[in-house]
Amino acid sequence: MKTITKMFTAAGLAMALLAAPAFASGSSQHNAEDHAFSFEGPFGKYDRAQLRRGWQVFKEVCHSCHSLKYIRFRNLSEPGGPELPVDEVKKIAAEYEISGEVNDEGEPITRPGRLSDAIPDPYPNEQAAKAANNNALPPDLSLIVKAREGWYYPWYISPIIKLFKGNGGAEYVRSLLAGYEEAPHGEEKEGLNYNPYFNGHWIGMPPPLAGEDVEYSDGTKPTLIQESTDVAAFLTWASQPKLEQRKRVGLMAMLYLAVFALLMLAVKKALWSRVH
Amino acid sequence: MSGHSTYEFKNPIARWVDERLPILSMVRGQLVDFPTPRNLNYWWTFGGILATMLVIQLLTGIVLVMHYTPHTSMAFDSVEHIMRDVNWGWLLRWMHANGAAFFFIAVYIHMFRGLYYGSYKSPREILWMIGVIIFIAMMATAFMGYVLPWGQMSYWGAVVITNLFSAVPVVGETIVQWLWGGFSVDNPTLQRFFSLHYLLPFVLAALVFLHVWALHVTGNNNPDGIEVQSSSDTLPFHPYYTMKDLFAIVVFLMFYAAFVFYSPWYMGHSINFAPANPMVTPEHIVPEWYFLPFYAMLRAVPDKLGGVVVMFGSLIILFFLPWLDTSKVKSLKYRPLARQFFWLLVIVCITLGIAGAQPAEGAWLLVARLATAWYFIHFLVILPVLGFIERPKPMPSSISEAVLGDNH
Repeated sequence: MKTITKMFTAAGLAMALLAAPAFASGSSQHNAEDHAFSFEGPFGKYDRAQLRRGWQVFKEVCHSCHSLKYIRFRNLSEPGGPELPVDEVKKIAAEYEISGEVNDEGEPITRPGRLSDAIPDPYPNEQAAKAANNNALPPDLSLIVKAREGWYYPWYISPIIKLFKGNGGAEYVRSLLAGYEEAPHGEEKEGLNYNPYFNGHWIGMPPPLAGEDVEYSDGTKPTLIQESTDVAAFLTWASQPKLEQRKRVGLMAMLYLAVFALLMLAVKKALWSRVH
Repeated sequence: MSGHSTYEFKNPIARWVDERLPILSMVRGQLVDFPTPRNLNYWWTFGGILATMLVIQLLTGIVLVMHYTPHTSMAFDSVEHIMRDVNWGWLLRWMHANGAAFFFIAVYIHMFRGLYYGSYKSPREILWMIGVIIFIAMMATAFMGYVLPWGQMSYWGAVVITNLFSAVPVVGETIVQWLWGGFSVDNPTLQRFFSLHYLLPFVLAALVFLHVWALHVTGNNNPDGIEVQSSSDTLPFHPYYTMKDLFAIVVFLMFYAAFVFYSPWYMGHSINFAPANPMVTPEHIVPEWYFLPFYAMLRAVPDKLGGVVVMFGSLIILFFLPWLDTSKVKSLKYRPLARQFFWLLVIVCITLGIAGAQPAEGAWLLVARLATAWYFIHFLVILPVLGFIERPKPMPSSISEAVLGDNH
């Protein structure tokens, strides 16, 4: 009987060893460079100053091509985000022209943006966005950090890495923005740019940041990696505006359940000691 | 196990009600006094855990529906609206999404417990078969629920799974168009999936009622697989098992909460945060983890119809399990040989799950084929034969002897 187990174990191991090379799935994608963001871990919180810098990079650079449609101006002043003063956000919103509405006579109008408006799309429609970008549609960035992954490990280790480090979406965005390289000699492609962090390595988007693209008001030096890190943090907030609330409530829920479990254990033990 | 308690209610109103509708004495008989084997271990707490998860799914689901819009052009946006604008919407959504995964974790443990301790054997065949129907209904519910957020994997998962029915000879195409409500997965598909996703949990609740009814006719099986003989073998359900179950439920909820609050989409697919796009096919279309073993079986067979037959066959075979297992001994505690094959089956099922997540080619395809073959060999060959050749270990004569043994 024990021999059956041994037989199968031996057969399994032998198969695994022989077949090991066949199981290795080759991915051309680089792992993103790991970075210790302030919002990681069970007690993580956003760095307000960083979110504000990231918003500035988004507004002045990314927003010329990318939309951020699930974020409304009011979100920028809400708790758990960049927490810009409401008056400042009102001014920012008013800088934008909102179109698509009609007046009482039924004529199309434009009006200055308000707190309740979504961040306006940079292009009037999808076709215009494609036409302006070599027929490639710049994706909306509201969920980009959740929709992308940063780690490409083999199947037997990947679930454990993800459990501790998350999907690596923020690290992916950061690495991608700062990771453009010269195309390998003789392999240049018309209209495409070489980036080892991008799936397939050839990305339509030209390097959006070079360093010194913005002027930070808090005195931080706007190097390429600094800007990339800041905007990756900002886009993480854009995809998870409730992250701080989630972790705060989570701690209370876990403590509550832990105390509840200990009480129940005591009750159960006391009860069952009568019948053993 | 008698349904009614002979308990006399002291409160005159309770007595008045009970004489006209004996609902109080039924509760008393089934949930309080119900004689339960005294040797149940913690693997028996998963029934209560599953009931808890069903209630969590129903409650969160009912509130989510108040904010969700089942339309292809608005579904994705409405989920983001829930995540961003609805008070505690993110909590409801993550409780519901992770609730499905933890529902399956609990049901798989519950089923393997049944396999290990022979809970499907006479007189509990109907109890087991209702359980298999519940499992299948759960799978249908979960599949349709995953389509509702209308992300890339939602859409392409729906395309792949509904297309399976096109493998049916002659009428396949017709069936698929009937399922879709058109010529592709589109708005009519989303709306009917939404309707059925809301209906099926109530069917599930009714099935659970039948499952518990059948359980209360035969009484619980137990780790020794010996039927209850006298009152010294049992304890009243309350407080002994209500409190033990509650402890286990709270511990289970801690694991659940850890995912809800700290890693809410760990078990999902990142690509589902991109809205459904019929023009862009994802690189790998993979179902949720709890379907992976079945997905591996589906792809293990080179023929489409064959794959579908094998996949559904792996579920259908479970209905016949009470008669495929020829051994009279229930618990594997006393079946040393069958025990080894049980653990081999567990490994085979996990292997199928891993293979299901990989592209169906090369070595992984071979592994999936061998594991699929073994799954069927286990039920169709090993279990029937073992009953005849295996010599079980000596068993205690009663539950009380098994538990109290040397103390008496």
